[in-house]
Amino acid sequence: MTAAAGGDPSLAFIEIGAVVLVLSVLARVAARLGITAIPLYLVAGLAVGKGGIAPLDISADFISLTAEIGVLLLLLTLGLEYTADELRHGLRTGVRPGLVDAAANFGPGFGAGLLLGWGTTAAVLLGGVCWVSSSGITSKVLADLDRLGNRETPAVLNLLVIEDLAMAAYLPVVAALVAGRDPGPTAVTVAIALGAVGAILFVALRWGARLSRLLAPASDEALLLGVFGLTLLVGGLAQRVHVSAAIGAFLVGLALSGPVQARAGTLIEPLRDLFAALFFLFFSFQIDAGSLVHVVAPAAALAVVTGAGKLLSGRVAAGPLGVGQRAQLRAGTALIARGEFSIVIASLGAGVSHGDDLGALAAAYVLLTAIAGPLAARYVDRPRPRTAEGQRTA
Amino acid sequence: MPEVTEIQLPGVGVRHEFTTAGGERVGVVSHRTGRRELVVYDRHDPDRCTTVLHLSPDDTRALSELLGATQVSEALIAVQQRVEGLAIDWVTIPPGSRAVGTSLGEGQFRSRTGVSIVAVARGSTTIAAPGPDHRFEAGDVAVAVGTPDGLAQLQGLLGS
Repeated sequence: MTAAAGGDPSLAFIEIGAVVLVLSVLARVAARLGITAIPLYLVAGLAVGKGGIAPLDISADFISLTAEIGVLLLLLTLGLEYTADELRHGLRTGVRPGLVDAAANFGPGFGAGLLLGWGTTAAVLLGGVCWVSSSGITSKVLADLDRLGNRETPAVLNLLVIEDLAMAAYLPVVAALVAGRDPGPTAVTVAIALGAVGAILFVALRWGARLSRLLAPASDEALLLGVFGLTLLVGGLAQRVHVSAAIGAFLVGLALSGPVQARAGTLIEPLRDLFAALFFLFFSFQIDAGSLVHVVAPAAALAVVTGAGKLLSGRVAAGPLGVGQRAQLRAGTALIARGEFSIVIASLGAGVSHGDDLGALAAAYVLLTAIAGPLAARYVDRPRPRTAEGQRTA
Repeated sequence: MPEVTEIQLPGVGVRHEFTTAGGERVGVVSHRTGRRELVVYDRHDPDRCTTVLHLSPDDTRALSELLGATQVSEALIAVQQRVEGLAIDWVTIPPGSRAVGTSLGEGQFRSRTGVSIVAVARGSTTIAAPGPDHRFEAGDVAVAVGTPDGLAQLQGLLGS
């Protein structure tokens, strides 16, 4: 426990260095297999965690701080992905699919949490875990399968925008639920949190261009430090008013626009990859590998139900574009994979009752969907025998 | 020219599509990173694309050169030759030029040089037929039409 906290950091360096080297190998394996590395990082964390095959002895302080920075950077880069125009367009067109998506995926997760007798807070968190598709995995699947040209693709990407925006409301509510005890004060905290998010969002969209102009002349080094510092600062302040640091970081990403947005994205990316990999590793590091046995069945059941939920989401999102059945199916399967967001949400519940169960279930669920999702997406797009022959002879 | 539709791809970039004279649907996905994808849609399933070409920025330049960027400059040269004695020139307004901040009307460029400024390119936007109240900013590129002598004079007025 005291390796990194003690006077001699050499042991911590050796252990973390060895683990990061393993992560590097896993990242290469993932790239070779054409899948994202997140499930592999989670498995690596389980292996070196409690009850794993090679338990490590790393300071808890080091873990939690590194993991928190990983979350902030994940959310920052997510905010950097979208321009203000894309968000406005998403809001205009995506409310209906967004609501269906929430009902068909948050609903089963929330219900399962209640069925398992976890209490409201953990159930709301489990709902969130099931709700949000992994934008990282989905965009990778779309690019890898050469679907960016397809007609259903804008609907898929728009739904990701909507889900991310919904998180801007969901995360503060959850943060307040996790922090609160009595229903009365919790309602007040939620109201304050949502008000704060609204205010920051307004400021971000209104004066984001000015902030970007202010940062624009900076050298790469100054810009990297500026964006990193701003993210931590806003995240910390947001946490102070119980809004969740993650949302603060997300809004910083949204506020940056134009060339600064693109530059900041490229500069932060390597830093994000490093800290996010450690975040995923440490998340499952804290899970007792033995407890996974108990959650495999509910995780598999949830994966099936919410997999169907995503098929429905894809259908509702892509339908209005006038595309056919197969395209709607392609849209749905592209959305099945859950990933970074689900883990971020589960990590928020570390301190609540049944938080350990939630962590284990979320890890198993993400492992299943992150692997099954891309496979389903590939499978559904296989050329039909007759069409394939027709093309060959044509 | 076929009608080109533009479709936003949030987080990725933008896609442009059109139908060729032969009835094939073609699209170009422009990534924010500068990469391009050239896609051709499936004749049997119009929702999906079958042929996809991945292009780096350099590849894109080479391909567009092959497809017709040279034709544009050829066409311009032809125009210059056809209209005897008339030339088109692009004049960049450098920072610190006297013209920065002056309007077209104040500068009286046409009466002084006989040259018409028909458009101004600013960043990625083009201001067609700028009015007398149009003010120059550093970095503007004025597209001017006139005699070679007039254009040289205009170059002197705007360029320094």
